[in-house]
Amino acid sequence: MAEAVTDDGFVVFDRVQKSYDGETLVVKDLNLSIAKGEFLTMLGPSGSGKTTCLMMLAGFETATHGDIRLGGQPINNIPPHKRGIGMVFQNYALFPHMTIAENLAFPLEVRKMGKSEREEKIKRALDMVEMGAFGGRRPSQLSGGQQQRVALARALVFEPELVLMDEPLGALDKQLREKMQFEITDLAHNLGITTVYVTHDQTEALTMSDNVAVFDDGRIQQLAPPDLLYEKPENSFVAQFIGENNTLEGVVTEISGDTCVVRLDDGEELDATPINVSKVGERTKVSIRPERVEYNKERLQEGAHTLKAEVLEFIYMGDIFRTRLRVAGNDEFIIKTRNAPDVERLKPGQQIEIGWLPQDCRALDA
Amino acid sequence: MSDTTDTGGPVLAADGTPLKRSLARALRRQKMRALLLIAPLLLFILISFILPVADMLYRSVKNGIVAETLPRTVVAIADWDADSGELPSEAVYAAMAADLKEAAAAKTHTKVGTRLNYENPGISSLFRKTGRKAKKFDIEGVASWKDELIDINKDWGDIDNWRTIQTYSPRVTSGYFLNAVDMRVGTDGAELRPEAERIYMNLLGRTLWMSLAITVCCILLAYPVAWILANLPMRQANILMILVLLPFWTSLLVRTSAWKILLQQQGVINDILVWVGLVDDSARLVIINNQFGTIVAMTHILLPFMILPMYSVMQTIPPSYLRAAKSLGATDWTAFWRVYFPQTVPGIGAGSILVFILAIGYYITPALVGGTKGTFISNQIAFHISSSLNWGLASALGAILLAVVLVLYWAYDKIVGIDNVKLG
Ligand SMILES: Nc1ncnc2c1ncn2[C@@H]1O[C@H](COP(=O)(O)OP(=O)(O)OP(=O)(O)O)[C@@H](O)[C@H]1O
Ligand SMILES: [Mg+2]
Repeated sequence: MAEAVTDDGFVVFDRVQKSYDGETLVVKDLNLSIAKGEFLTMLGPSGSGKTTCLMMLAGFETATHGDIRLGGQPINNIPPHKRGIGMVFQNYALFPHMTIAENLAFPLEVRKMGKSEREEKIKRALDMVEMGAFGGRRPSQLSGGQQQRVALARALVFEPELVLMDEPLGALDKQLREKMQFEITDLAHNLGITTVYVTHDQTEALTMSDNVAVFDDGRIQQLAPPDLLYEKPENSFVAQFIGENNTLEGVVTEISGDTCVVRLDDGEELDATPINVSKVGERTKVSIRPERVEYNKERLQEGAHTLKAEVLEFIYMGDIFRTRLRVAGNDEFIIKTRNAPDVERLKPGQQIEIGWLPQDCRALDA
Repeated sequence: MSDTTDTGGPVLAADGTPLKRSLARALRRQKMRALLLIAPLLLFILISFILPVADMLYRSVKNGIVAETLPRTVVAIADWDADSGELPSEAVYAAMAADLKEAAAAKTHTKVGTRLNYENPGISSLFRKTGRKAKKFDIEGVASWKDELIDINKDWGDIDNWRTIQTYSPRVTSGYFLNAVDMRVGTDGAELRPEAERIYMNLLGRTLWMSLAITVCCILLAYPVAWILANLPMRQANILMILVLLPFWTSLLVRTSAWKILLQQQGVINDILVWVGLVDDSARLVIINNQFGTIVAMTHILLPFMILPMYSVMQTIPPSYLRAAKSLGATDWTAFWRVYFPQTVPGIGAGSILVFILAIGYYITPALVGGTKGTFISNQIAFHISSSLNWGLASALGAILLAVVLVLYWAYDKIVGIDNVKLG
């Protein structure tokens, strides 16, 4: 859950709440600190309040309660145009009646910059996103990916220290998306810009970010670097939301330090690492990643816990095999194995024994 | 492509006919069906719109009546030189006497008189008076019709009257148009009428500038309303929309009369001003039956035509543009002026064309609240159609109005571009 906010962050949300209608809180108690130069992604399901947070930071919505600080200064009363925050909108919002060059000139003109300096910066920004040849075109004459790049260039051309992006790649196809993901992170790191990026695509979040804040229900469920988020989810929402995940339900029967014993609903007992269970008798969801499950006896490591399983379905996916099993009454237990010459291809109906290490098996809230 | 090689030949459809021909046949059938569907409307437009306009254009130059009623005179007078200072020859007078006799029998002599009277005031009484005696004319028995006619009415000895008859003897005339632009055929061709007789050009100018003023007032009033409409939540926007449309559901006469009640000297506005003390009771403002009254009432009546196109254009502008502009550092005003406003220009254009063209041809409201100073050229057209019965002049004025609108439309297309106009 949200840690205490330290005051040294470049962007700080301090106990921020937001309600649109005065009845429900869309953002409940948001605490977040973003360091200078950090690439932070807000990830979460639709309606979890990501855009709302971004809008509060940009100044288009006011926080109902709490403080937002930028570089140590509270910005609640600074109008949007004085915050100097670059922003890339989901639909790009390139001004349709201006050419690309005019779009880029706009932020420089309102800053009363001289013509020669302006032109130099526009050229540099367009070259940076490889759109140098398109200055004279209108936004409607560009493809989606090109518009996206122009939007990025426009948000960066006035050299803001902070850039906000709201699902900027939402409208692009997969290939272009991956290319742009790479380009955006590259640019952000090279220029040393602090970036807040909103997406509901978890792969995007994992591949691009220094830190990911997982949003749900108006709260940050976990704030962590991608690897920690994936391998050490702190609650069952995060475990379910990020990547594929197997859950088995049961009751905690024993806790000692960093191990616990969970009795599954069908009576089977297994060892797990307690994450947010604190006492015996509590219901829990045990989470295991599909690729951490092993069924080859020789490879099963020392101390691994084993369970009986029945193969229900075997799916050949090229680089991996995806097998659906029935484990402890759960028909949706998935395991993934790398396609290697020595790996056995399981057949439906086959009875096997599966196992994993207790540290890969995390007992979370029910 | 037409020179086909032996291997190819024209592509054939399944039944062996060339593909091009069977495609054309299929399309023709489709086109015919579409044409049949719109035929009733097309016919309706043709009968109720195109034909009347064509008829109006024709009437504005048509002048058959002189040649039909005075056929002999028209032939005889053709080679008379009006500038020689001499009266026409005896033959012309004889022809006129014969024509008048026939015309009087058919009772058409007054019509010619009325027609020529438009060009030369006073000439109709000459025809009327002479016509009374013309039935008894003995064409063969009079030695000199020249003396006889001048004897009956000395105006037959006036060169100007004969000049008028000669000028208007062709079947097509520019007379109505000259009249409509305050000119006439004088001794040396077309010339301006004397100052006191010039009315139509002033009226046209007044119509144009007042329509422009009404359009500008509509833009100024409609823009904020359209903006609010486009930005309110659905429910409130619908209520406001009903208020905007309310005038459409009220009779035009009721709305116009309401303005009379409000604006007259003993009316509500003056009463309030006097009561507040801004205006002395003896110096109540004259704000109706003049140009001001017309502009106020017509702005009110035409306002919805401005609001609706503006609204539908503004509705399509996502709020993210304004936000983007502000995030880029623009103040509220700059964001509005540089980003929002340019995108609403098509709506303003559409509304302005609509309002201006409606205003330029409006006549009920100016007639009711315009007094003498606030009437439009359309009021003159209505007058000539229903009171003076000078349809030729009415048609010429109408044709000029049509031309002005077309020219303005063309100018708008050149300046703003007509494809920049959006009604929704
Ligand atoms: N202007 C508004 N007025 C009222 N409620 C709003 C407004 N904007 C958003 N909401 C509500 O606030 C909640 C959070 O919305 P928000 O746009 O922040 O979600 P999000 O996380 O960005 O979702 P998505 O991934 O779909 O973009 C939603 O339940 C939404 O209905
Ligand atoms: Mg959103």
